[in-house]
Amino acid sequence: MSGAQTVLQLENIETFYGRIHALRGVSLAVQQGEIVTLLGANGAGKSTILRTISGLNRATKGTVVFQGKDITSCKPHEIVEMGLIHVPEGRRIFKGMTIKENLELGSFTLKDDGERQKRMEQVFSIFPVLEERQSRDAALLSGGEQQMLAMGRALMTRPRLLLLDEPSMGLAPFLVKEIMRIIIRLNKEGVTILLVEQNARVALQLASHGYVLETGKIVIKGDAATLREDDSIVKAYLGD
Amino acid sequence: MSNLDIILQQLANGIILGSFYALVALGYTMVYGIIKLLNFAHGDLYMVGGFVGFVFLSALSGLLGTSWAAITFSMVLSMLAVGLLGVIIQRVAYQPMLNAPRLSILITALAVSMILANGVMAVTDGEYMAFTTDLGYDGLDFGNVFISYTQLVLVVSASVLMIVLTLFVHKTLYGKAMRAIAIDQDACRLMGINVNRVIALTFFIGSSLAAAAGVMAGVYYGSLHFSMGFVIGLKAFTAAVIGGIGSIPGAMLGGLVLGILEAFGTQIPFVGSEWRDVFSFGLLILLLIVKPTGMLGKTEIERM
Repeated sequence: MSGAQTVLQLENIETFYGRIHALRGVSLAVQQGEIVTLLGANGAGKSTILRTISGLNRATKGTVVFQGKDITSCKPHEIVEMGLIHVPEGRRIFKGMTIKENLELGSFTLKDDGERQKRMEQVFSIFPVLEERQSRDAALLSGGEQQMLAMGRALMTRPRLLLLDEPSMGLAPFLVKEIMRIIIRLNKEGVTILLVEQNARVALQLASHGYVLETGKIVIKGDAATLREDDSIVKAYLGD
Repeated sequence: MSNLDIILQQLANGIILGSFYALVALGYTMVYGIIKLLNFAHGDLYMVGGFVGFVFLSALSGLLGTSWAAITFSMVLSMLAVGLLGVIIQRVAYQPMLNAPRLSILITALAVSMILANGVMAVTDGEYMAFTTDLGYDGLDFGNVFISYTQLVLVVSASVLMIVLTLFVHKTLYGKAMRAIAIDQDACRLMGINVNRVIALTFFIGSSLAAAAGVMAGVYYGSLHFSMGFVIGLKAFTAAVIGGIGSIPGAMLGGLVLGILEAFGTQIPFVGSEWRDVFSFGLLILLLIVKPTGMLGKTEIERM
C-alpha cells in the first residue's frame, strides 16, 4: 500500500479513552487526492481515529505517518503546521467571536497578513454566506452555516489533508447536499479528504474507498462501489 | 465643603482606588477565563510587584533620583520581572495540576500565595518599607476638590495599560487566540495554536498588570508591606466577580465600581473608613444573590 502517493498511513493504532480501549489495532491508508470514508455505528471509534491522527488523543501503540513523517507523538499544533487539518465533530466554532475572527484564528500559523486576506477572500468565494455576515457573532449562524464556517476556518491553513468529522450531522437534506458538493469541489482542487460519516449512503457516493469500523476495529475495507452494493454491509453497519 | 464637593472629591478618590482594583482584577479574570483557575496568589504578585519596583527604584535613584522617569523605569522592570515570575509559577505549580480535580489546583494557588507572602516577610523582617518619592504635593485645586498630579498620573497610566490590553485582545492574533482558548481549548489546538504558550502569555500579562498596580500603590500610599497582597487579592476577586468573571471589560468596570463604592461608603454618617471592606464584600454577596454572572458576565452553559 505504501508508496510516494500515500499521504496518511495508520499502522496498528491502539488508543485508550481513560480506561476504555477505544481503538484496537487500526490500520488504514489514504492516498493523495482521494476521498476516503470511515463508517460505523455510534461509539465504534470513528472520532477517536481522527483525534488520534490530529494529536488530540495519544496512541499507546502503533504509528501515524503523514507524508512520510512519523507524527505519532507530535503535538496538535505541530501537526496543523504540516498541513493536516481536523474539523471536529460538532463544528466547535468559537461562539462569542465574529465570523471574521474565527477565520483569522484558522490562519493562526500564518504570519503574513496580506496572505491571510487573500485566503479569506478565497474562503468567501466558496462560502458567500460567510462574507455577508463576517462581522456577526458566530453563535448566530444556523447549523449549516456553522458547518461552513468550521470548514472555511480549516481551509484558511491551505490543508493537504482534511479530516472531516460528521459534516452532515443535524443538517437538513438540502444542506447535506450543499456540504457534499463543497467537499467534492475541495477534493477537485487538490485536498485529500478523510471523511467520517453516519450518513453512509452519501459518504459512499463521494468516496473512492471506505473502511467500516466496529468496536475499535476495522472489519471491512474496500472500494466504495463494492461497499455500496453489498446489501449485508449496508444493513449491518450503515443504518437507514 | 458643599455636598457636591464631597461627591466630586470622593469620586476622584474612588476612581484612583478603583483603577488599582481594576488592574489586579484583570489578571484574575484573564487567568480564570482561560484555565478556570481562581489564582489566589494573584494579589501576592501585586505585593511582590511593589517590592520589586521598590528595589529597582532604589537602584536607579542614584542615577535618576526618584522622579517619574525613575518610577516609570522601575515599573516597567517590575512588570517584566513579575510577569516572568507569573509564568514560572504557572509552569511549576499549576501546569502539572491542570488535569487534577479543581479543588487541588485551588489549594495549590493558596500555597503559592503563602510562599510569596511569607517569602517577602522573611526578606523584609515583616517591616513596612517606605516607598519614598519626590513627586511633591502639587495638583489641580478646584476650590474644595483637590486632585494631586500623582493621582492624575496614576489614573492615566492605569487607563493606558487597560487600553493597550483591550487593543491587544481585540486586534492581535495572539489576543484573539487568548479569547478563543477561553471558549474551546481543543478547537484552538486544531487551529495550530500552541495553547500552553498562550496560557503562559496570559499569566505574563496578568502578573505584569498586577505588578504595575503594586508599584503604583507604593507611589500612592508611600509604603509597602508583605501583607498588602491579601486584601487587594480579595478585593480584585470581588471586582472580577462583580464585573462578571472571565470578562475583561467586566474586570475594569467591577474595579471602578468597587473603588467608588468604598470611597463613598466612608462618607456615610457614623460609618468610618474601617467599614469599607463591609461595603465591598456586602456588594459581592448581594450581587451573587441577584445576578451571579456579574454585570457583564454571560450565563455560562456547562458543557458535558
